Parts: sequence; C-alpha cells; structure tokens
Amino acid sequence: MNYSMIAYIIGWLLNIEAAFMILPCITGLIYRESSVKAFLITMGVCLLIGLPLTRKKPENKTFFTRDGFITVALCWIIMSIMGGLPFLFSGVITNPVDALFETVSGFTTTGASILTEVETVPKSILFWRSFTHWIGGMGVIVFLLTLLPMSGGSHMSLMKAESPGPSVSRLVPKVKSTAKILYLIYLGMSIVELILLLAGGMPLFDSLTTMFGTAGTGGFGIKNDSMAGYSTYLQVVVTVFMILFGVNFNVYFLILMKKPLQALKSTELRAYLGIIGAAILIIAFNITHLFGSFFTALQQSAFQVASIITTTGYATTDFNLWPECSRTILVMLMFVGACAGSTGGGIKVSRFVILLKTVNKELKQYLHPKSIKKIKMDGKMVEHEVVRSTNVFIISYLLIFSFSILALSPDELDLITNFTAVAATFNNIGPGLELVGPSSNFSGFSDWSTLVLTFDMLAGRLEIFPLLLLFRKDTWQKF
Amino acid sequence: MKIIIVGCGKVGLTLAERLGSEQHDLVLIDSSLKKIQEIPDDLDAIKLWGNGASISTLLEGGIKDTDLLIAVTESDELNLLCCVIAKKAGDCNTIARVRNPIYNNEIDFIKERLGISMIINPELTAAVEISRLLRFPSAINIDTFSKGRVELLRFRLSSEFALDGISISSLLEKVKCDILVCAVERGETISIPDGDFILQDNDYITILGSPRNASEFFRKIGFETHQVHNAMIVGGGTIAYYLAKILIAMKIKVRIVEQNVERCEQLSELLPSATIINGDGTNRDLLMEEGLPCTESFITLTNLDEENILLSLFAKEHTKGKLITKVTKISFDHIIEKLDIGSVIYPKYIMADYIVSYARAMQNTIGCNVETLYHILDNQAEALEFSIREESPVVNVPLMEMHLKKNLLIGGITRHGKFSIPRGHDTIQIGDTVIVVTTRKGLHDIRDILEK
Repeated sequence: MNYSMIAYIIGWLLNIEAAFMILPCITGLIYRESSVKAFLITMGVCLLIGLPLTRKKPENKTFFTRDGFITVALCWIIMSIMGGLPFLFSGVITNPVDALFETVSGFTTTGASILTEVETVPKSILFWRSFTHWIGGMGVIVFLLTLLPMSGGSHMSLMKAESPGPSVSRLVPKVKSTAKILYLIYLGMSIVELILLLAGGMPLFDSLTTMFGTAGTGGFGIKNDSMAGYSTYLQVVVTVFMILFGVNFNVYFLILMKKPLQALKSTELRAYLGIIGAAILIIAFNITHLFGSFFTALQQSAFQVASIITTTGYATTDFNLWPECSRTILVMLMFVGACAGSTGGGIKVSRFVILLKTVNKELKQYLHPKSIKKIKMDGKMVEHEVVRSTNVFIISYLLIFSFSILALSPDELDLITNFTAVAATFNNIGPGLELVGPSSNFSGFSDWSTLVLTFDMLAGRLEIFPLLLLFRKDTWQKF
Repeated sequence: MKIIIVGCGKVGLTLAERLGSEQHDLVLIDSSLKKIQEIPDDLDAIKLWGNGASISTLLEGGIKDTDLLIAVTESDELNLLCCVIAKKAGDCNTIARVRNPIYNNEIDFIKERLGISMIINPELTAAVEISRLLRFPSAINIDTFSKGRVELLRFRLSSEFALDGISISSLLEKVKCDILVCAVERGETISIPDGDFILQDNDYITILGSPRNASEFFRKIGFETHQVHNAMIVGGGTIAYYLAKILIAMKIKVRIVEQNVERCEQLSELLPSATIINGDGTNRDLLMEEGLPCTESFITLTNLDEENILLSLFAKEHTKGKLITKVTKISFDHIIEKLDIGSVIYPKYIMADYIVSYARAMQNTIGCNVETLYHILDNQAEALEFSIREESPVVNVPLMEMHLKKNLLIGGITRHGKFSIPRGHDTIQIGDTVIVVTTRKGLHDIRDILEK
C-alpha cells in the first residue's frame, strides 16, 4: 500500500476542507456571530495537519485499486471528524458522538439530525451543516481529482470507490475531465435552482441552504418544520429539482452533447420516472381525504415521494400520520433510491433493473433449463461481473441492514422506529417513521446506537465495500 | 552394476551420462529409432531400438542379469508396465517416473503391490527442493532419506545459541523436540554421541528428524533460519501446485499468478487457502499491485525459461526476498549461473540426482542385508536402512536393554509409513525399517549392531 500517497491525498482533503470553511466564516461575519471562532480554530487544525502532508509530493506514485478504496474510506472518516469540530467548538453540540453523527449525516447527504431546535442554532453553523450536503453530494474525492495532478490510473480507482452505482463510466477519455464536467453540471444546476428560489421570494440564506440540501439530496432543514412553511411555488421548485438531482448525470451530459433522444432512452431514467409517477398517483389518491382537494394531495404526495426516492429527506408535512398504504410505499421507495451516478443514495434504480432482469432470467431458466440468456440494458450486454457484484451488494446490504437493527435493539425503541431509522440512514434519506419521523429527530438514541447509524450512513454513501475493506486484516498486511 | 534405462529423452540421457561416468554397464532402450540414433556416440552403452515393456526387448537387453531398470519414458503407464515386467522377468530393482498427481496419491499402494523399488515424480521432487531452499539458509546442510520423511541437518554450534557445555540429554530436555543428535564433529574427530556427551561451541552437530520437527528445533534453540513467511509464485503448473501445498502446510502464505482462467479455477479448488491471481505474470503493474516489493520469496515456474529468468531479474530490482528460478533447458546453465538471480532449479538435474544417489545406495548394499546405505559427513559416517523381515535378537527388545556397539545409534524407526525417533523403551518389530547411524563401516546385517 502506498501510504505516502494516501497521506498526500488526505492532506489535500484537509486543505480543501479548510478552504470550504471560509464560506460559513463569511456567513458568521455577516450575521456577527461568535461561532466564527469555532470555524477559524477548525481551519487552523485542518491546515496544521494538511499543509505538512502536502508539502512534498510523494515520489512513489503507484496507486492500485485497493489504495483507492482505502483512501476514499479514510478520507470520508477524517473529513467527517474534522467537519464535526465547529459544532463542538461553538457549543451547539456538546457530545462528540452527536457531532460526528451530524457531520456524517451532512457529508453523506443523509439529513438526519440530532438537533431538536434548529432555529436557535447560529446561522454560520446552519450554513456549514447544509454546505456539507453540497460537498458530499458529488463527492469530495471527485472534486479533489479535478485539482490534483495525478496519473489517470489512480483517478479511476478513486472515482470507482466514491461514485455510487454498479459501474462507473467515463464521459470523456480523461477521468480528470470527466470529473470536471460532472462538477460543472452540478454547479450549473445548483445555480439555476438558486435563481428560481430567489425568484419565488425566498431569502438568500434560506435559498442557499435549501439549494445545498436539494443539490446534494441531503435534506437538512433550517426550520423546525423543514419545508412546510414555504409557498407552494417554492415547494414545487424543490420537488422538481430533487427529482432532477436524482437522475444519472450522464443523462445531462448527453443532453449537453445534443443527444437528448439517447438520454431519454435510458432504461434507468425511464424506470426511475415511472416509479416516481406511479408512487405519486397512488399516494395522492390515498391521502386526498386528508387535504380536501386532489391537487393539494398530488402536490404533497409529489414532494414527499421525490424527497424519499431521491433520498433527500425534506418534508412539507408529517407523513408519519398518513395512511398505512402511503407510509408503506414511502418506506419501499427508501430502498429503491435514486439513479446511479446521481447525488442520491439508496440501492439505486439501475441495480433493481439488473436484479429484476436476473430474476426474469432465472425464471426463464426453469421453463427452458438449457436456454442461454444474457442480461441487457440500454441495448448493451451487462457484464457478468456487474451482475455478480450487484448480487453480492444486495446480500451485504441485507446483512448490514439486519445486524444494524439488531444493534439498535438494546435501546428498547419499537421495531418500526429502528427499522426505518436504519433504512433512513443506510439509504442516506434522513427522516424515517414513528420516533424518527419528519417531525421528530434522532436525538433519542443512545451513543452506541448513534455510532451504529453513523456507520450505516458512511456505508450507504460509499456503497459498503470501501468501508468493509477497512476491517479486513489482509488489507493492512503488506503481503 | 548393470542398468537398463528405458526412454532416451533428456532425462534418460542425463542419467545415462551420470551413471556411465560411475562405471556402470548401461543398456538404453527407446521405441523411437530417431532418438536411438541421436544418442551421442561417446556414450559408452548398448543402444536398443524397441518397446521397453516388451519381454523380448528386455531379454535382448539382458534383463536376467540386470540389477536396476529405470523407466523414464513420457508415459506414466508405460513406465509402470516396464517396471512390472522387468521385475517378473529379471527380479531386478526398478525405478519408474510417474508424474500424474492422481497416481501420486496412491504411490505407496502402487509401489508395494507392483514391487517397484522407487517411484519418482520430477515435479514433486523439484517442489521439495524449492521448499527446502525457502526453509533453510545455506548455513545448514541437508541430506534426506527414507523418501524425504527424514532429514539430516548439519550446522555449526555458535555461541549465540548458548549451548556450550550442555549435555545432549539436557539439550533435548530443554527444547522438547522429537529430534536426535546423531553426530558431533569436533576438529578432525567424529563421534556418535550418547546422552551424556557435552557439547562445545564450534562443534558441527548433525541432527536427524522429520522436516517439521527440525524446523521447530532450530526455532527453539534460537537459530534464525530465515524461513520465509510468504511466497509469490508465477506460473501455476504442477510444480507450483506441489510447492504451494508444501508451503501452506508450513504456514507460509502463498500467492500464485497464473494466466489461464481454467487452471486458476482448478488451483483455487485444490488450494483453498492460497490466493490465486489470474493474470499475465509478465505484467509489471500486476506484480507490483500484488505485492512484489513486500514478498519474501519470488519463485518463477512458468514454462518458458527465458520468461522465468527475465522475471527473476525484474524481481531482483524490486524485492529483497529470496529468488528461485526454474530452468528446464540445461544447455546454457553456465551462463545462467553468472546472472545474479538467486537459486536456479533444474528439475531434470534434481531428478537425475535422486536416481543416481539411489543407484549409489543400491550398489553399496550389494552383498549384504542392508536396504539402503548413505555415506554421510564426507564419507566418515554411514546411515543405513535395514528392513526387519525375520525374528532376530534385536526384535522385541527395548532399546535400553540392547548392548549396542560403540559409536552407533539407532536413528529412527519407520513403522507403517510413519517415522519416529525411538526412545529407550521402544522396541523394533518385524516389518519395521530401522535407520542406523554409525562411524563403523561394514555392517552387513541388523544383528551386527549388537556388541558380540
């Protein structure tokens, strides 16, 4: 393992994180808050570690797949620890475990919070909390890739480890340019949303934090009632942009390349939009009696469905009080998640498409035992490796899921709370049902349970394997 | 001795050359006329064109008064058949080359029931040689006998072991290993020590034991044997399989790089605890990714000599581990020796070595009741193997009650294929094979070990 290279990348990560903290500092200065000090100290700590690590470029530049996975896993852990310091230094959160949970929830774009009274928290802290969504949405390492001068091979192994979805494709031959294009699309869409929000009369601070939450599909609110207090126009804008940020970014690249037809033919996109449409309609009919008019119900339903399937986690109403059928559909959507290559979490629509096709193939095998059928997607054959790793992913997912629920059980909360708490964190959504529903939060868990959920959030964001690798003995052995 | 060699391939010819130079009478048989014609003229032997398994050919070759027949054709089955027929026709000792791993698992049965004296598997012997190189530094000299079950290891006592002035019985008590100190050289004299013998620094001592116990003994006295902890093997052929099996049994981590996917799957099935990597062994990045710089030993076993040599040269630059290179063609050995690529293994030489030493041991035993006899310690001592077939004064008597000759030691008893170091209460039984180490020459019978 190339430790000097890993240290170098981690060093850069800390420098960048310090740079990112300039923004909440400015916010703090504008609002004349004392929490600016907390950020300055954290920046100091980051630079103190980061600058010496990046002073010399390592001579040994060999970087293998396993180095990539380990780097990404370590980066996310270190980044979260550092990102949690402002919460501690400013005194907003006193328990270090809670501070870690809050930051991990931010970077992994989960949006689950242990803060009970959001509106009393200093603005700069709120800004940082939401900003972590935006940073984590597209991935910090991918961002680093656009800046660091490194060889193509190491780029790819890093990108593979951080990007969500069963397989990673290059948009253009150079990984570095691919990362740049992705970030430009991300930035562009964020700015469009910001303008639309401002046009709807939302204050700048609210618009920025809402935009961060939507773009990263995070979901930290700055109001106790999340998005419920905003006008219908703003809610619709957020609904649309949540759905847009849940789409595979390759689609936008194709549209930019003036190939919109090819973009619309994507099986994953169609499945994604189909699921959203069906879920919105069913829930709308199911909840019409709660809102009086079908259109209000449709709008509420659309917001909640978009929020859950893209794993954002904003809420305009307490869907915990909805009928059982709607609640169940929402829980199911939690597992589906967004498209691969988007900023959303969950199992990903493309994985479900592959899995359903595998099931179909298996059934056909029963009817025609000697038949040979290849799984195809978008007209291309899905490699056997991808199918296999998808299956393994699901198995690992289920194992971690069930053991997490078991790990939460000593807290003596009800099963729905525990089940949806794990679902909401593992899939990077945010709110669950019952005690972790949209109108409540995660402060009721013990430190141990908070740590389990923190692990789940990281595992969910990094798609399990990079994090599990850290716990293997031979990962750290030289031979 | 009169020796018939069936099969005149490279091994057959190498054997013929080596045995010829030791003044044996040779008859070479091969079914290919071309091969018979290609035998160099300076090889002083009868050359016969015919099928080595045919009784008429063997009779023509003079099987009736032949002492040893060596069958080294390409075919395992033909080799075995040659030996069976030769045994029936001439009642001679026979050696067959059998390389199929399936037969290898049943080797004891085949040998016993078909009456073949020695079955040699070139890949297995090469693997055993390589594993020995990986286990011990050059400061230890090794002799093996009893088909590799027993090893004689000779090394110098240095002060770092703190064994100066310690008697052998207290040494064994201290280390609690099942080994035997069978010879001590001090200056010019060699003695076969008993329990009260006092060791001194700078003695050369020779111990006898199974490979496993010997390793343990060195560890316990603090002799750093530099046994490697991991091994990277390029090329997943039969030698690699045998080698990996031996290494894994010694708790050495094994990584095998093999190009053929199907072979990889086979290996992964045969060696569950080895890491099998599918890839081209000459792929630089692959080797680096799989930990070449950290490996403690690098063994090249591909089918191409050139590739093996280049790989070892490449590895030399990137690792400090032991390098072992397999070379099949032996024409350029003097050039290869000049390259700095660690140990070079010639499987064919190794096999020829084994057969020649067997032939020597056999010759030594002509006219007496000894199974095999090895000259050890520069011919100053002998290790003899006796088969106990009949009742005699040594059978069923505890060793401590026997009056053994001076400078003579019973080194080991092999019973039902299991080797053990005998202690005072043990007895010799009919059917055992007994190893005797002595500086007295001229023992002809197991009864000779007793003081008259």
